[in-house]
Amino acid sequence: MKTMTMKTKRTFFILVCLLPGLLLFSLFKVYPTFQIFQKSLYLWTGLSDEPKYIGFKNFADMLHDETFLLSMRNTGFLMLVVPIVTIMIALVNASILTQSKLKERGFYRTVFFFPSILSFVVIAILWSFIYHPTMGFVNTGLEMVGLEEWAKPWLGDQRTVLWALAITLIWQAAGYYMVMYMAGIDSISPELYEAADLDGATRIQQFFRITIPMLWEIIRVTIIFSINGVLSISFIIVSIMTGGGPDRHSEVVMTYLYAQAFTNSNFGYAMAIGVVVFMISMLLALVSNKLTERGSY
Amino acid sequence: MSSLTSITGKTVLRLFLLVQALLVVYPLVWNVLASFKTNTEVMENPWRLPSSLNWSNYVHAFSTAKMGDYMINSVIIVILSMAVLLIAAVPSAYVLGRMKFRLRGFISQFYMAGLFIGGVYIIVPLFILMNEWQMLDNRFWLSTVYATGSLPFSIYLLTGFMKSIPQDYEEAAMMDGCGYFGILLRIIVPMARPGIITLTVFSFFDFWNEYVLAMTFITSDSKKTIPVGLSNLMQIQQFATDWGALFAGLVIVLAPTIIVYALLQKKLTNGMSLGGVKG
Repeated sequence: MKTMTMKTKRTFFILVCLLPGLLLFSLFKVYPTFQIFQKSLYLWTGLSDEPKYIGFKNFADMLHDETFLLSMRNTGFLMLVVPIVTIMIALVNASILTQSKLKERGFYRTVFFFPSILSFVVIAILWSFIYHPTMGFVNTGLEMVGLEEWAKPWLGDQRTVLWALAITLIWQAAGYYMVMYMAGIDSISPELYEAADLDGATRIQQFFRITIPMLWEIIRVTIIFSINGVLSISFIIVSIMTGGGPDRHSEVVMTYLYAQAFTNSNFGYAMAIGVVVFMISMLLALVSNKLTERGSY
Repeated sequence: MSSLTSITGKTVLRLFLLVQALLVVYPLVWNVLASFKTNTEVMENPWRLPSSLNWSNYVHAFSTAKMGDYMINSVIIVILSMAVLLIAAVPSAYVLGRMKFRLRGFISQFYMAGLFIGGVYIIVPLFILMNEWQMLDNRFWLSTVYATGSLPFSIYLLTGFMKSIPQDYEEAAMMDGCGYFGILLRIIVPMARPGIITLTVFSFFDFWNEYVLAMTFITSDSKKTIPVGLSNLMQIQQFATDWGALFAGLVIVLAPTIIVYALLQKKLTNGMSLGGVKG
């Protein structure tokens, strides 16, 4: 009898502990995720409107939607360039700071990490001014060193706008990944580097032969983090810095999804875009996982 | 000879790091300087210092731009979100990390999957749901959405902490007749404090800086948070060209972040190594 009550008490405790989390998670995460899959098959315009089943028509429409295709291309560009450059800068800085034994290590770690805790809104506004055509740093800086002819409206020119946005995204994230890699490098046995020193390996050889292989598992995870980060952060950066302009050349898929839902009230279509993005980011995670899987190390 | 090359090598490295540090710091310094400039000064040259400390931009930011009100909303929402998050995450992490029962593995996996569901994909169904249940334009419900967003990562982080606490403590407390809830509150919570603090710091930045959900789910101006207020200000200032107030607003948003960061910088960057992503 006594053990029975102990057991019920235990079960009751477990339930009480799990319930708040599970309720919130199911309501605000799981249910909406199922909804985007289901409602992507409906024509649904406006909150008062009754959703009408149309099968895969939303998905078929996307293939002919020029703006959607352009936004996918822009997003793809950012998802390719930003993670690669960010991770390279982060790796180089992390190995310099851990290997060179500079006294200022702590200082640089603090400074470089700082942008990753700033509000994206603040970052977007600051960078709008950095690129400002007349009063921005870039153009006035170029003028000061006598290179006026290089000055241009960086965010207003369709050839430079995506690169300008990519630099902002890299500025924001490089320090974050650097700190992760520094923690990883610190856990590599120093003997490996000492042995390499004795064998006469240069720092650069050590970077490619020891640091990168030893950090490989962390790098793989951060590639996926970074791809997903670009997807969501590009939404804020683009909507504040360019609004998708000039002429949609910086439209990303998330700003397009958002505009379809909340400007045009195309809820069904917006959710179908959500499904496509969701599937693509899952697929990218799988592909980059497979590509970076190592056989020989 | 080799010491000479190592000295030049070190100088090159130092220069390389210094340039990068300037690239990070200068925009922020410039922002603080610009917040003290008059409008004409802002327009002139971004490399020049302000002629005098011009506090009127801050007065403007608080009075006409209502940054003070937005700040109060942000503080309320951060506190509410943190409370909801801790109430949901700490007990769940304890049970998932330290007790054996059926479905434990399944529930852990369930939360792990949540790590991959970002905010913007599901914003449309979330908006519709909250509209139906009349949760829109409500600071409490916005906070619960924030807390839910951080839940998978928080449970993941705390479960790791919970697992590292030795089992003997609970057994001893059991012997002394302490119940399950007593153990959780009086033994586990104090012992998991480093984990809970790391989590609180990380979530502070997330909640304080969140923009997309706040912009979508809060409609009345009196309930807006500071990032939303700021982006509105940015849009208005492009036409009104009262740059000074905008920069003062940016500094007002930055200040708490900088203070928290300065105080807790070590905790934060160390937390990243124990935050799970270790090879």
